[in-house]
Amino acid sequence: MAESVETQAAHHEDAHGHHGEMSFVSKYVFSTDHKVIAMQYLFTGMAMALIGGFMAYAFRMQLAFPGEAVPGYGIVSAANYNALVTNHGTIMIFWVAMPVLIAAFGNFLIPLMCGCDDMVFPKINRLSYQIFLLSAVVLISSFFVEGGGFGGAWTAYPPLSAKAEYSLTKLGSSIWLVAVALEFIAFLLGGINFVTTAMNSRAPGMKLYDIPIVVWMIVVASILFMVSVGPLIAGAFMLLFDQTLGTQFYDPDGAGDPLLWQHLFWFFGHPEVYVVLLPALGIVAEVITTFSRKKLFAYRTVLYTTFGTGVLSFTVWAHHQFVAGIDPRMANIFTLTTLLISVPIAELCFVYIATLFGGSIRLTTPMLWALAFIAEFLIGGVTGIFLGASGSDIYLHDTYFVLAHFHYTFYPIAIIGTFAGITYWYPKMFGRMLNETLGKIHFWGSVISFNVIFIPLFVLGIAGQHRRIFDYRNFPELALPQYQDLRILATFALLVMLAFQVVFLYNFFMSLFKGEKAGNNPWKANTLEWTVPSPPPHGNFAEMPTVYRGPYEYSTPGRDEDYWPQNVPN
Amino acid sequence: MNEEKLRLAGMENVPHRSQIMDSRALGMLIFVFTEIMLFAGFISAFTIVRSAAMAWPPPGQPRLPMEETAINTAALLASGVALAIAHQVYKRNRSQARWPLLAAISLGAIFVVFQGVEWVGMLRAGLTLTSSVLGSFFYMIIGLHALHAVVALTMLVRACLLLNQGRLQPGLFLATQIFWYFVVGVWPFIYLRVYP
Repeated sequence: MAESVETQAAHHEDAHGHHGEMSFVSKYVFSTDHKVIAMQYLFTGMAMALIGGFMAYAFRMQLAFPGEAVPGYGIVSAANYNALVTNHGTIMIFWVAMPVLIAAFGNFLIPLMCGCDDMVFPKINRLSYQIFLLSAVVLISSFFVEGGGFGGAWTAYPPLSAKAEYSLTKLGSSIWLVAVALEFIAFLLGGINFVTTAMNSRAPGMKLYDIPIVVWMIVVASILFMVSVGPLIAGAFMLLFDQTLGTQFYDPDGAGDPLLWQHLFWFFGHPEVYVVLLPALGIVAEVITTFSRKKLFAYRTVLYTTFGTGVLSFTVWAHHQFVAGIDPRMANIFTLTTLLISVPIAELCFVYIATLFGGSIRLTTPMLWALAFIAEFLIGGVTGIFLGASGSDIYLHDTYFVLAHFHYTFYPIAIIGTFAGITYWYPKMFGRMLNETLGKIHFWGSVISFNVIFIPLFVLGIAGQHRRIFDYRNFPELALPQYQDLRILATFALLVMLAFQVVFLYNFFMSLFKGEKAGNNPWKANTLEWTVPSPPPHGNFAEMPTVYRGPYEYSTPGRDEDYWPQNVPN
Repeated sequence: MNEEKLRLAGMENVPHRSQIMDSRALGMLIFVFTEIMLFAGFISAFTIVRSAAMAWPPPGQPRLPMEETAINTAALLASGVALAIAHQVYKRNRSQARWPLLAAISLGAIFVVFQGVEWVGMLRAGLTLTSSVLGSFFYMIIGLHALHAVVALTMLVRACLLLNQGRLQPGLFLATQIFWYFVVGVWPFIYLRVYP
């Protein structure tokens, strides 16, 4: 250990010594610097979000104006529609929410917030991004093979996904599966780095209870991912063999079991919700404490609640299968666990509200996003109760209600949470401030239009509208004008929402050059990343920081300033 | 333990990063946990399919060679013990650890070779990847385990070469061991679930 302290110090000086004269390619493309890798993940995720958003645009236009050519896409055929909804879901979850919330923020924040130069395994980190990029290319390539992209929904239930004579996309389904598998390998490598770095490389003095909540949340999310992904990889191998080698794992004709896939998929699929939810909750915790200038309410309770949520999330998966033919007694058990898991999440919402209570709240753009996260996610959580209870789920299953509920959980996570994080850490990432006015215009435009998209879909769902219908004109009893009007309303709101993203992109790229210089600590926050220059240099800390206290010491009585950085002795 | 070493080196007051264990070993441990879940997924899938089957093995399919594989199993377990001995010897006298390490590698190699022989026999007896769901699971699970064994053996050989050059670091050796213990430790579960 004594030698390794010295080698760490030596490595540290070395890190500052020879990075000045790196070429563009080695600095930005093949870098092992965690901040560069974070930006690579962020920009890839943003590009994939645009692709996923374009897919949503194409199929929503088809739903509102069936059979008409969609501007910029053309006629949407039934096969196209299936491929679009499938890949919209896949991209938004695996290529947007995961890379941005876990990989981009994890890479950027964990070393900076823990006070170290880089990840423990920088080369594995670089490999992780390279595999991720490859997986994105592989996924997009599936649209350009014979038969087009995979159209069996992002859950890929067999036999539809397993047999080419049903899915009609022999190559597309296999390529889709390979892309997802590659993406999981990338996150496995990333997750090992996150956990090891947060456990082994923290700055001296930073005890477990001094770690910022967002780092804890990303660590717990990584552990959840790594524990849950094994069975899905097993299932994916079996599905790939069924598709390509003629095995019959999921084929009842050959003594296989199609339900098996659903169990293996949802054993991963439900913890996956918490894999992306936890980092978003962590980001919101950081933003809320900073902008209400108050200590986070009940730090340890938040931590234990997070662990509890993680454990519980492994016991709820079969609530996706209430109508798939599982034993009703089993359905009762899963109803119970599902309703139970709303308790810790509700508790976290109350903790955030308690943190806000009596604080001196500053309504900056990141704070608006964080507050919207709590409000919108609450709607997602409450509507989840109806689906978690097996009785009402039997009616609501496979309607637009499920879809609206899902988006009320994932939009706050993947979009609102991400924007809270991006607007909060933008000054640290790029050294300049975003424009607040444009940020607020983008915020209100995105949040209001989001509600106008999905509230009509709740109504449609309760009216019994099935979610997998490509052209409602084939179902006259479902295509009543009042329902069609709601579909058109949702589509218009989507167009408005997409238009408002232009404001964000303009703000993002203009502020890179024209934004006000940020300085080290524009928000007067406590955590270690705000003690280094913005953007932080390669190697982050000029000298190893020492941590004296927890991350949320705001408005401490008896101090001149209302914040108390973690590395200031007194 | 780290604190203890620091104290002995007179550096307890120098600011340092506290580690829960060597980073490579911790990283490997996390990876192994994912691997355990991967095999758990396969074994539970196999159990579900098997419990729903009318007859086992499926009609016209051979029984898996439970008795012959017991010898393999013994070789693999012995290899794990040899590696544990190598670890103990390594802590006292690094150069002496070569012999138990070589024994572990040889026993592991015997396991892999015998598994290969067994595969040839099963293929001759009419069990193929697509002949029945038993064949599918057999080649998938055992094949995946064999793949892990080969990768882990390569890591052990590398550790042995580094040991000969006197460059084997304790953390790397520990990480390699963790992976091999996983390959050894998961096997009895596979053997007792899949073969009977």
